[in-house]
Amino acid sequence: MVEQNIVVNVGDAIPELKLPPVTRTTLALFAGASGDHNPIHIDIDFARKAGMPDVFAHGMLSMAWLGRLLTAWVPQSQLRTWSVRFLGITHLGDRVTCGGRVLEIFEENGERRARLEIQTSNQEGEVKIAGEAVVCLP
Amino acid sequence: MIDKKWIGYTGPEVRFDIERGRLKFFAQAIGESNPIYLDQGAAQAAGYRDLPVPPTFLLAADLDSNELFSTLAKMGVSLGKILHGEQGYTYHQPVCAGETVTVCSRISDIYDKKGGALEFIVRDSRVTNASGELAAEFRSVIVVRN
Repeated sequence: MVEQNIVVNVGDAIPELKLPPVTRTTLALFAGASGDHNPIHIDIDFARKAGMPDVFAHGMLSMAWLGRLLTAWVPQSQLRTWSVRFLGITHLGDRVTCGGRVLEIFEENGERRARLEIQTSNQEGEVKIAGEAVVCLP
Repeated sequence: MIDKKWIGYTGPEVRFDIERGRLKFFAQAIGESNPIYLDQGAAQAAGYRDLPVPPTFLLAADLDSNELFSTLAKMGVSLGKILHGEQGYTYHQPVCAGETVTVCSRISDIYDKKGGALEFIVRDSRVTNASGELAAEFRSVIVVRN
């Protein structure tokens, strides 16, 4: 968490969040918890009929992990806006790392804000999700 | 190809009760261990009325109603062909357990790339709280693999 008296600088890295390998159980629980019941993520028969070799992770699971990255760095009440692009599929067994860094510090709506770049990558270093977030600084 | 007549389609408003148990389930499913997302007392000590919804949770308010998937079915889009292209959130008011929110979603654009091999559905959702205040907005881009 960024303390009130710590200076945030452009280029600063956000402490990484390393996740355990994606399992079918992770996907089943996330389907129920998130309300995304698309069988492509939980039913191998459906996935194969759709031309995929197996089920694969919800993009929103990785985005939720990026949410954890952000709210571990600043309180959620300081998160103003963020968006991501899903660039590649996260597969079963992938070990995802979430990370980011400060791109810009600026004033907006009377607040000091930071623009961050954020991304997830797998164990091969392949970027799967990339995006930006704007947070209010203390 | 998806009929472009769907651009501008606004779905019905859907109501969603933010339940404490569901938020804990979501937190556990994503491996969240910060007590403000799991423990009412910790959330209140941090200044929240109750457990706050984590940053991406509000999409569940939309998905639970099945409004998105039923709209996709009406558009002729099969769930086996879709991928998530983009997702973004903008926050205006905190949303906590115990609240009921209303979500209203509009298809704001449909376009294609690669000669129609990929189609993109852009959907903008507005989340209002019980006081009628805009609490959050989110945008989803869904990719259809033809």
